[in-house]
Amino acid sequence: VAIAQRAEPVGSLREVRDAGLDREDLLQVYRNMVLTRGIEERGHILYRQGKIPGSFYTGRGNEAAAVGVATAMGSDDVGTPLHRDMGVHVTRGVEPWRIFAQYMGRVDGPTHGRDGNVHMADANLGLIAMVSHLPAMLPVAVGCALAFRIREEKRVSVAWFGEGASARGDTHEGMTLGGVRKLPVVFVCDNNQWAYSTPTHLEFATEHVADRAQSYGFEGIVVDGTDVLAVYREAKRAIEKARAGGGPTLIECLTLRMEGHAVHDDAFYVPKQMFEEWAKSDPIERFRSWLRENAEMTDDEEDAVSADVKKLLNDALRRAEESPLPDPSQLGEGVYATPEDLDTPHHK
Amino acid sequence: MPELTYLQAISDGLRTEMRRDKRVFVIGEDVGVYGGAFKVTLGFQEEFGHWRVIDAPLAETAIVGACTGAAIMGMRPVAEMQFADFISCAWDHLVTVAAKQRWRAGTAVPITVRLPSGGGFSGGPFHSQNPESSFAHIPGLKCICPATPEDAKGLLISAIQDPNPCLYFEHKHLYRRIKAEVPEERYTVPLGKARTHQEGDDVTVVTWGAMVYTATEAAQQIDDLSVEIIDLRTVMPWDKAAVLESVRKTSKVLVLHEDTRTGGFGAEIAATIAEEAFEELDAPVKRIAAPDTPVPFSPQLEKAFIPQVDDVAAGLRELAEY
Repeated sequence: VAIAQRAEPVGSLREVRDAGLDREDLLQVYRNMVLTRGIEERGHILYRQGKIPGSFYTGRGNEAAAVGVATAMGSDDVGTPLHRDMGVHVTRGVEPWRIFAQYMGRVDGPTHGRDGNVHMADANLGLIAMVSHLPAMLPVAVGCALAFRIREEKRVSVAWFGEGASARGDTHEGMTLGGVRKLPVVFVCDNNQWAYSTPTHLEFATEHVADRAQSYGFEGIVVDGTDVLAVYREAKRAIEKARAGGGPTLIECLTLRMEGHAVHDDAFYVPKQMFEEWAKSDPIERFRSWLRENAEMTDDEEDAVSADVKKLLNDALRRAEESPLPDPSQLGEGVYATPEDLDTPHHK
Repeated sequence: MPELTYLQAISDGLRTEMRRDKRVFVIGEDVGVYGGAFKVTLGFQEEFGHWRVIDAPLAETAIVGACTGAAIMGMRPVAEMQFADFISCAWDHLVTVAAKQRWRAGTAVPITVRLPSGGGFSGGPFHSQNPESSFAHIPGLKCICPATPEDAKGLLISAIQDPNPCLYFEHKHLYRRIKAEVPEERYTVPLGKARTHQEGDDVTVVTWGAMVYTATEAAQQIDDLSVEIIDLRTVMPWDKAAVLESVRKTSKVLVLHEDTRTGGFGAEIAATIAEEAFEELDAPVKRIAAPDTPVPFSPQLEKAFIPQVDDVAAGLRELAEY
């Protein structure tokens, strides 16, 4: 039996305005979603060209969830996005060429070739780089919120995790600490229904991940993760509630992972009709038609977004390919931090 | 200078930093109202309030993970594990997140984790361990093992101000047993600099933590042997230069630790001496450490586990006669 509330879809442009987005913002949201998918599609091509070492992960199907939450964050808020959340990096303003450099292990990637795929973040954008052990970043985000609470700053931290990682103790411990101390943290579960090949009914025994929120003493809400406006509205409400001292919220964004766990995985275990069903609510197409119907997005505006993103990606790829490979003689540098390393936007 | 116990010196160091630096806060199980299982933070909550002396749920992963997040946001967290043994529950957060974040993502993680460690009072397998070697193996972590009250204070202050994740192993058996003069003012003891506990010419003992005292007593048992005792103070970084210098002087070395033998940090020290000072040696490097078993409970068994004064004295004699 479900306990968490289900979020209603967003109807009119007016409702969206009430939630804090004007028409220009909406076009920006659309652009961010198109750019997010564009980066990952180009990444896929790079991988097939043999230019990306290791493996390659995308968040296809999760663009609305990632962009929707990130759009609701304030500029001083922080977050720990994961490998399906490229849209968060994009919305916070990452330069795409640096992502391609990261993918290819080049020196201009945020980790300078020391780590791969989306294991990166720009401190200037208020983001903290993820690790592979999911959801290890969840308690870290709780700690950011703890710092804000101790210093009485009106800032909020956003902790992303997947429904697969919800099985691990980090989730439980992080939510327990966040709950008992009513910290300004919002937990965002990207429920894409598959933890690699494992379906949700083998991952958790409740109907929703968000049903657990009640047992931690805060609100849980399930939102259609393909509806960027509904995600935005719920995230905005939760973030502002946390900022005002109301404690955490658990938002579960329900989507389908539209590709394999990583490029090597053809996802044969996902029923074909499931893909077909969810393809009908592709987040970008869904928002595009909403904008046409409700915000009078014109052909010119739509084309401008496509052309702008295409040019941005072409330039980004060119620039990333020019980035040198890292110098092996520098491998040992920076294992230990120096006091100068504390001079970042985060640590200040 | 006031005389303080090792435990009081830890409290003094922590209190000094909390008064001086508002970014420092304490989080752990029972550290607030109760003052910590060993009373290191007794009275702290009254002085600093419940947002700087935080009673956490029984959740080591959340404690260390939250310290990492708070540190990245500019705080200087000090986590207390109730017993060093429980750090296993937060392994992932130290090893996977905190240790690697600077190197791979450029984000320094200035946290200190206090770890009441060591045996000698029938704590059994889960309240007596010395897990420093496991962490010394992880690039990015620092491991600190004070032996004296003066070092306990100065090394703790250094750990708190260090921009890296620092594991501060405080030996429980020294808490109330060891007392010495400790400067009242704030001072730091550099990480990675060994201390000559006792000078000597015939044999070098390289050790740290409570074993410094075991070595001292053993040396006293042998009248005609001049023993130099090097207290490493910090196992990572470790003062290779000081060890090699002493080896060159005495030409005979005993490496002593309370942790188990195989893969213990003593193996690293012995290997380094073999690599870099082989020709200076007049005897093979000797190791004395706990046997490769869990820490036993019954006093008879525990005595057989933890290196005793007689074991060390026998080792010293053996080296002397070689």
